[in-house]
Amino acid sequence: MSGGEPVLSAQGLVMRFGGIAATNNVTLNLARGARHALIGPNGAGKTTLINLLTGVLQPTAGRIILEGEDITNLAPDQRVQRGMVRTFQINQLFDTLTPLETLAMVVSQQQGLGGKWWQALGASARVIERCEQLLEQFHLTAVMDQQTRVLAYGKRRLLEIAIALACRPRVLLLDEPVAGVPAGEREELLQTVAALPADVSILLIEHDMDLVFSFSKFMTVLVNGTVLTEGAPEQIAGDARVKAVYLGHGDEINDAIAAMGSRHHG
Amino acid sequence: MLTILFDGIAYGMLLFILAVGLAVTMGLMNFINLAHGAFAMLGGYITVLLMQRLGVPFLACLPLAFAGAALLGALLERTLYRPLYHKPHLDQVLFSIGLTFMAVATADYFLGSSQQMVQLPQWLKGRTELGEGAWMLGMGHYRLFIIALCAALTVGLQHVLTRTRFGSRLRASVDDQRVAAGLGINVNHVFLGTFAVGSGLAGLGGALGAEVLGLDPSFPLKFMIYFLIVVAVGGTSSITGPLLAALLLGIADVAGKYYIPKMGGFIVYSLMILILVWRPQGLFVRKGGR
Amino acid sequence: MVGAQNSLLQSGRWRGWEYPLWALAFALPWLLPRQALIINEIAIVALFAVALDLILGFSGIVSLGHAAFFGMGAYAAALFAKLVMPDPLLGLLVGVAAAAVLGAVCSATILRGTDLTRLMVTLGVGLILMELANKLDWLTGGADGLQGVVMGSLLGRFDFDLGGQTAAWYSMSVLLVVFVVARRLVRSPFGATLKAIRDNRLRAMAVGIAVNSRLSLVYTVAAAAAGAAGALLAQTTGFASLDVFEFHRSADVMLILVIGGVGWLYGGVTGAIVFKLMQDFVSGITPQYWTFWIGFFLVVLVSVGRERLIRPWTWWRRAATGGKT
Repeated sequence: MSGGEPVLSAQGLVMRFGGIAATNNVTLNLARGARHALIGPNGAGKTTLINLLTGVLQPTAGRIILEGEDITNLAPDQRVQRGMVRTFQINQLFDTLTPLETLAMVVSQQQGLGGKWWQALGASARVIERCEQLLEQFHLTAVMDQQTRVLAYGKRRLLEIAIALACRPRVLLLDEPVAGVPAGEREELLQTVAALPADVSILLIEHDMDLVFSFSKFMTVLVNGTVLTEGAPEQIAGDARVKAVYLGHGDEINDAIAAMGSRHHG
Repeated sequence: MLTILFDGIAYGMLLFILAVGLAVTMGLMNFINLAHGAFAMLGGYITVLLMQRLGVPFLACLPLAFAGAALLGALLERTLYRPLYHKPHLDQVLFSIGLTFMAVATADYFLGSSQQMVQLPQWLKGRTELGEGAWMLGMGHYRLFIIALCAALTVGLQHVLTRTRFGSRLRASVDDQRVAAGLGINVNHVFLGTFAVGSGLAGLGGALGAEVLGLDPSFPLKFMIYFLIVVAVGGTSSITGPLLAALLLGIADVAGKYYIPKMGGFIVYSLMILILVWRPQGLFVRKGGR
Repeated sequence: MVGAQNSLLQSGRWRGWEYPLWALAFALPWLLPRQALIINEIAIVALFAVALDLILGFSGIVSLGHAAFFGMGAYAAALFAKLVMPDPLLGLLVGVAAAAVLGAVCSATILRGTDLTRLMVTLGVGLILMELANKLDWLTGGADGLQGVVMGSLLGRFDFDLGGQTAAWYSMSVLLVVFVVARRLVRSPFGATLKAIRDNRLRAMAVGIAVNSRLSLVYTVAAAAAGAAGALLAQTTGFASLDVFEFHRSADVMLILVIGGVGWLYGGVTGAIVFKLMQDFVSGITPQYWTFWIGFFLVVLVSVGRERLIRPWTWWRRAATGGKT
């Protein structure tokens, strides 16, 4: 991890549902330009943590600092306006809009035109340009005029990520971005994400260990709502407790370690 | 003042019996059924007709009102309601408004638009007074009867919910339909049974209420908001919530109309809006419940 | 890529058939002078439906109390004409303003909770207003209503005659103006964010849309438009009565919108035409029949499926399961 203030800092986050603490005193720091992965077994509370960071849930205790500003009490849309954007594990799309309309809407919103009611959605050349760029990048140009609800799953997943990028995030929280995407297309999707500018800080939740180890430079392991350990990927891979927690997945981690030895880190 | 409280409680218990079916089916099927009042109206008209045309005694009419409404409820659930469970709420609202209109028009056409009178048996007329002056408690016998009957029904319902197999199947289906079905619970049967009983209770309530609330073809529309208040404020995750909400509503309405007659229903509606804006999930829902 | 820009703008452009359609509509009071009164009624109801479409069709807010704003506009305009001055356009503005204020205040109530909660608070607001109008009878005339609302001449030149032609043109003009504004609104980025809120509120928040303030704004606009319709009714019929607040009105306008199609501004207009003509025809037989058949129609409409009703060939095919991924 490079020095300097973290761009996003969650401090002592606690989330209680009745008697259960889904998140128990979690502290997580996201460095500027990070490629930071959050892993853990199912039910560890990873998505809950994302929901806390983005404001969908209000923490029982703890603070969240974004670029030095305490955002714990800000509404979700206010956090997005400050540059923190997320994707969803299960696609959250706008079914009656087409990909083009969806992106045009998001880009307009991002460029501050969301409140304009007199001009048409397609009137701004800047918006159109950005839409075309995103459609190209995510291979959605061919289906840009089809209603989202009729799109194939792969395309829907691409649109899911495209929407997040259309918001020009400074901090990007990806919740299992390749879930359900066929093996052949995963690489491509991750390459698009990896190709993001270096100043975008990314927190990635994933189960696909290949992906996690090839993508990330820093990892946090979450178990039962608490941070078990964190560190560089090699460190995590060699940690006996992590292997124990992933009982049954020890092979994957071993394979990934072997693969890592013969791979270039970017 | 005590009399007002007493009357309010009677009114509230009556509202509870009328609305409990709606609360349970809403929690179970997530179906907004604005036609619930039509089943109540049916029960009321069955009672009135049996008493006036066939001379059936009042007490005998009550179970018949229940049965009639339950039967119709079962029939409609199986044929019309079931295909609509997964439709958007707008469709459900439109559908149930349509059913209500049909019921109202039918009643108007066949039975006329005037208020129906119920001749209570002699032993239910009359009044007992306890105490004096400002603390006098005047208990109309009919209202006593209503409170007793509704309380017994409430205890019975709670028993069925918590101690019988059907009750546990019902609670399981409310909590999670898919898992319940996966456990081998025939969710369709649960729906059918619950809807029938809920409608039957509404019919019973309509029969009981004909004397207290009045009975005419506009009954379903007039009282729709009251049933909805009980459900929205009381929540759909238990029957104690709607019970408390109904009692609150009953007392508030009776007290409001007595002390500030100029304002009438105004108070109840404003209170409802304030409560729903403050606690959109209802006043009595346990945290984390639906 | 000219395609993208064209694609977006295309859906917003006025189609060729729209101009002659509106021209024909405006010619009707001249072509059929004896139908001017019903043409006026249809225009008013169409305006009301377009107003509701803004929140129901485009923003996904199910409201059973939109008549509250309709009635507010009616009474405000009627009182203005009786107590201040009988100028129709000023009265219209007063009606719109009063309804807009009420809408802004009430918008706080529809932001939280489920569909049921929203249904109830909108119903509740409608009922409260009806009670108020009833109880404040020194102002509103109570159950008798406000009689004798006499309008001055429109723009200083056109008098409101008994034949109703001026009224019809007046109402249609207001309808057209609101229609054009509404159309620009729904085709704009603002309108797109409304549709986003309707389709997926969670994601709308997650892309930075301030959902609550957007919804409050569109609710106020929809209330203002409904107020305009109410004001027109009071001004063109010469009185305002309690039935402007009735549940029936809110239910009817929702039905009109559903008949014509939600989320498509012409839905309100076509629904209004169909509904009013049918109502005129059937009510002539017996009022009870009308309520029954409307109820029957609603039950059939929903059971068959709203989208399939206008495509009769799909009635006997099993509904295709819309795949949700």
